[in-house]
Amino acid sequence: MIDFPPGLVLVFGGFVLPFAPPRARAALLLALPAAALALVWTLPDGAAAAWPVHGYELSPVKVDALGRLFATIFAIMSFAGALFALNQARTLELACAFIYAGSAIGVALAGDLLTLFVFWELMALASTGVLLAAGGDGAFRAAGRYFVVHMLGGAFLMAGVLLHVSQTGSLAFTAMEADSWSTWLMLAGVLVNAAAPPLSAWLADAYPEASWSGMVFLSAFTTKAAVYVLIRGFPGTEALVWLGLFMIFYGIIYALLENDMRRILAYSIVNQVGFMVAGVGIGTEMALNGAAAHAFTHIIYKALLLMSAGSVLYMTGRRKCTDLGGLFRTMPLTTLCGTVGALSISSFPLTSGFVSKSMIAQAATDETLAIVWFLLMAASAGVFLHAGIKFPWFVFFQKDSGLRPPDPPWNMRAAMLAFAALCIGIGIWPEPLYRLLPFPVDYAPYTAPHVVNALQLLLFSGLAFFLLLPLMQRTLTITLDVDRLWRAGSGALSAAGLASRVLAPIPAGRTRVRARAARAAHAVLHPFRPEGVLAAAPSIGTMVRNVLIALLLALVLGFLATRDTAGAGPGARADVAQDNPPTTSERYP
Amino acid sequence: MSFHPDRGVEPPAAPPGEPVHWLVRAGTVRGLWIGFAVVLAALVLGDFLIHPHAGFGIDGTFGFYAWYGLGACVAMVLFAKGLGVFLKRRDTYYDEDRDGDD
Repeated sequence: MIDFPPGLVLVFGGFVLPFAPPRARAALLLALPAAALALVWTLPDGAAAAWPVHGYELSPVKVDALGRLFATIFAIMSFAGALFALNQARTLELACAFIYAGSAIGVALAGDLLTLFVFWELMALASTGVLLAAGGDGAFRAAGRYFVVHMLGGAFLMAGVLLHVSQTGSLAFTAMEADSWSTWLMLAGVLVNAAAPPLSAWLADAYPEASWSGMVFLSAFTTKAAVYVLIRGFPGTEALVWLGLFMIFYGIIYALLENDMRRILAYSIVNQVGFMVAGVGIGTEMALNGAAAHAFTHIIYKALLLMSAGSVLYMTGRRKCTDLGGLFRTMPLTTLCGTVGALSISSFPLTSGFVSKSMIAQAATDETLAIVWFLLMAASAGVFLHAGIKFPWFVFFQKDSGLRPPDPPWNMRAAMLAFAALCIGIGIWPEPLYRLLPFPVDYAPYTAPHVVNALQLLLFSGLAFFLLLPLMQRTLTITLDVDRLWRAGSGALSAAGLASRVLAPIPAGRTRVRARAARAAHAVLHPFRPEGVLAAAPSIGTMVRNVLIALLLALVLGFLATRDTAGAGPGARADVAQDNPPTTSERYP
Repeated sequence: MSFHPDRGVEPPAAPPGEPVHWLVRAGTVRGLWIGFAVVLAALVLGDFLIHPHAGFGIDGTFGFYAWYGLGACVAMVLFAKGLGVFLKRRDTYYDEDRDGDD
């Protein structure tokens, strides 16, 4: 059994789902995640599959505490997400969500870099499918932008992995130092998925375009799989502290300005992942435990928040705070569960966020990182401000929108209740979670000073919210981000922007030249339109020319490559191998 | 479910003459503010009862978490406001652009 990655249960199941009759589909939706969870837990600690392939060793399954923790929460998440989505008619979305969740479990248990990469790319493909399944022009375009960013991240990761393998000769996935091109590239690829700057914008751009159930799945896997890879691959990389802090405040500020309820929650994903990334950067056992625990609790309360937002969207068809409000009257259960999620994300005592996030702050204290600690405290206050109060206040309370929708169907209520119970359960009894963490936990969250300090910080943030309410009134606006570069018509990287760049040097008098250049630019920038370079039917002459060019290029490259390996190649490789011995850090034996 | 956005059916609206919910009456809201003020005061006074183990000196002083939380939030809201002046656009901003592009 050890050779079989548990995630594949969900991946294969995802392919079967569309063909199952409705009743069988509902049964599969609940049974497959349960089966995956059971498989994860039958794998013994330290077990590892080994497949020799062309002199390298692949290990598609490798089990330790860290991998099991993430695989467990990914499986639990897919179960609750499936329960919430039982009445989702878009079968494509459910199929893609299962392939997506299964690949995330695959990432968490991947013992080598190649397996990791394959599951990583499968996640990108399947999550794009989840977005596309929502239907509509907005979702289609957002899915396209999302896909391009993730293919870019995947290309970084692949290049890093190949370089790493060629230098060290090993595919093993162990802790690395970010000190060479190979590790920098891998780190960059992983950080794209973690929504780190400068490419944070993809998350808040794409996720809110998913369906009411789609975003529940999307919120859980991509960013947390990236956090997992950072914890295992790059613990203690100092730059991550500052990247994480940037993400934390970026999330708060953009969420404060946002009007779309699910985009507020999308920005707060970046914010919360920022806490985890900063924890990985601090890199002590306490900090890594905190980052891992926070990923676990975050998946639960963020899914809970998005389930409550999804229920509102499902029952009202509205997504903007300006159109919502006063729903507590007829949606009491959704209000209650959304509020539990909001308190958990704010790390209120007796909720799951309190027992996980405080470990990261404690690690900053232990390492006497004063600036980091003060920023983390300010950020904790800011989380309550932008997600803890703002989301429930504007959706369920504030002005009366006049809408009187009832609570959603039973399965959606059940999924919310289950995760709300987990939020409070973990908050009251953190020990079972602490036992799952990668390092032994020597930390007591519930001391009198901790509780009094946390309540002071949070409730005075609440006071700030209500005092500043006139400044917080929602407007029909969005906030520009880096993605304006390729989204807006005048953006430097957008199709229209690039075309104008091409035409700029041609004098205005040369109208025919300008027209030809504009047509050529259009064909290249929109390759799949009927007149685009990849869609237009080429003549035989053009094809012969293109084949000739390709063969010539292959010849030249082949010649260069043989010369390189025959000459300086092996010697250079040996030198590199000596400079960078295979990293065999024993952090995760 | 008789209605749902996927089928383009609107959710029910408030019936005419619906009484004001007790939670949003002026009296209740005043009561909530008074209760909130009492809790805030009690929390600050709670600093007398605990023995803080300060990591950095100032965080062990009286009422530190209260003023720091309040101040940090005010600063972040004002900063967001200021940033919004430069970066806020109508929420149809990218849709308008697209018409020109195609």
